[in-house]
Amino acid sequence: MSLRLEGVSKIVNGETHIHPADIVLEKGSMNVLLGPTSAGKTSLMRLMAGLDKPDTGRIFWEDQDVTGKRVQDRDIAMVYQQFVNYPSMTVYDNIASPLKLRKKSAAEIDARVREMAELLKLTSILGSKPAEISGGQQQRCAMARALAKDVGLVLMDEPLANLDYKLREELRVEIPRLFKASGSIFVYATTEPEEALLLGGNTATLWEGRITQFGPAMDVYRGPVDATTARVYSDPPMNFVSVQKDAAGIRFPDGQLIPATGETGNIPDGTYRAGFRAHNLEIGTLQPGAVSFAAKLIVTELTGSDTFLHVSVAGERWIGLIPGLQDFRAGQELPIGLNPESLFYFDEQDQLVAAPDQPVDMERV
Amino acid sequence: MSDKPAKRKRRSGSRLSILVMIAYLAFLLVPIYWLVIMSFKSNAEILGMFTLFPENFTLDNYRTIFGDPSWYMGYVNSFIYVSLNTVISLLVALPAAYAFSRFRFFGDNHLFFWLLTNRMAPPAVFALPFFQLYSSVSLFDTHIAVALAHCLFNVPLAVWILEGFMRGVPREIDETAFIDGYGFTRFFTRIFIPMIAPGIGVTAFFCFMFSWVELLLSRTLTSVEAKPITAIMTRTVSASGLDWGVLAAAGVLTIIPGAIVIYFVRNHIAKGFALGRV
Repeated sequence: MSLRLEGVSKIVNGETHIHPADIVLEKGSMNVLLGPTSAGKTSLMRLMAGLDKPDTGRIFWEDQDVTGKRVQDRDIAMVYQQFVNYPSMTVYDNIASPLKLRKKSAAEIDARVREMAELLKLTSILGSKPAEISGGQQQRCAMARALAKDVGLVLMDEPLANLDYKLREELRVEIPRLFKASGSIFVYATTEPEEALLLGGNTATLWEGRITQFGPAMDVYRGPVDATTARVYSDPPMNFVSVQKDAAGIRFPDGQLIPATGETGNIPDGTYRAGFRAHNLEIGTLQPGAVSFAAKLIVTELTGSDTFLHVSVAGERWIGLIPGLQDFRAGQELPIGLNPESLFYFDEQDQLVAAPDQPVDMERV
Repeated sequence: MSDKPAKRKRRSGSRLSILVMIAYLAFLLVPIYWLVIMSFKSNAEILGMFTLFPENFTLDNYRTIFGDPSWYMGYVNSFIYVSLNTVISLLVALPAAYAFSRFRFFGDNHLFFWLLTNRMAPPAVFALPFFQLYSSVSLFDTHIAVALAHCLFNVPLAVWILEGFMRGVPREIDETAFIDGYGFTRFFTRIFIPMIAPGIGVTAFFCFMFSWVELLLSRTLTSVEAKPITAIMTRTVSASGLDWGVLAAAGVLTIIPGAIVIYFVRNHIAKGFALGRV
């Protein structure tokens, strides 16, 4: 069981939604489509499902061309961002409906529905109508219906986006469990890098209708092929600073010089963009060897236990993630630092030339 | 303490609004009340004196209607063509409205608007062509003739109302059903129709009502066999003058079906008046 897209593209009203894409999803793999809103995640997923027809290219399922095949005849299931259930049916009948259409025996259907209900904690509300249960339960019901069929390809289009924070956390950890139990190919669209890492498997990063990179989640996270991928795979987006490489080392706009060690030693002289993730920005006591900057604080955002600092440094706007709740005033000067070993280097075509070789601190994304 | 004056004010305000409401209701109900009491009076009482209640309560007027086929067949005829019309309108409008709500096709917006403009022409305009056409294909004086003629304004209305209700159903439901393996017909009847059931009820009500009250086309296209009650009522001038009591009874009986139908769709009627776009 594998899904292969060959040069698949989608153009709507003269606007290219998906540039020709090639991708192979292997049997029993978890694949995360990661990209900001309107990057083409949903469009790509609809092409995979067969809900939309590609303008060019072919789609193969187990080496059979399924490009024009009706969705009814495909081996797929889909969960939407909206909670889609049949309002006139009970939760039980919702889960049972695809099984009934597959002409299973009543006993088989009942066993499967109860198994799915157990797996998704719906047993106590099997008799309720979708309108009578909470949003989280509605989405569980939709997932149960999708998984009950036991199909080869399960598509989930931001299934947790419409849930509140608590429920999202709760359901998020269940998805790997459901995935393992199903043995299907999963395709999961999300805007959050954190979710992509948590689910693991493969990540395909999308940007303006293009798949910029596809590979194991950690490989893409640690070695984004270009600046766009790096930006997509960082939340908040990666910060950039323009640097100059010459014989002496790597020079920052304010004149600071750091030695070009490791991979950076091998890159030719010239102008590069150095990028780093928000959590690599440091304040307070800097580690030895850190590059230091005088930053001006624009605004602070407090999240539950961390603080986002929006600072301006030499005309660039950076976002830093600092643990703990910090109380700073907007407009105040802050000394900040960067560990040079956390820097990614991109050339003028935005291609990655050097990535940090140390294992990246995985606690924060 | 502090909210007491406000409360008192609100109470006096509500007393005024109750008065206004009662006055308005009375104003609306006077003609209906008058019709109802007339139907229980004899002609002599109606013409001879001014009474707020029937002095000599009588059911003779109703007896006349239920005993005379030329009267009660009017109701039967009306009921037959109105039901036919409602069924035809719904059967035609359901797929049409689905197409308008789900697909983009050449000229869809223009067609959709044009449908509504059909309602802007007075039925009198269509009386002549329908009369001539139905006479020449020997449909004249049949129930189906009136039912088809009424489709002229009921189908566009039904499409408009249903489209509004259907637009409220997310497209993802259709897609999920297709992915689950539903064929179109099965999806439409098992999942989609139950979801827009209130819309169908409201649409049926409007079709029923407009067809029931329409006089001109139904009178022009019938003579004996399919003559509707509204036509009979307007022709009841006998040699002895108007039969007031019987006419009033017929009027009461004409209001009842509408009142029954509206009872079933009362919760959705406002949305229907907004053509489903609330």
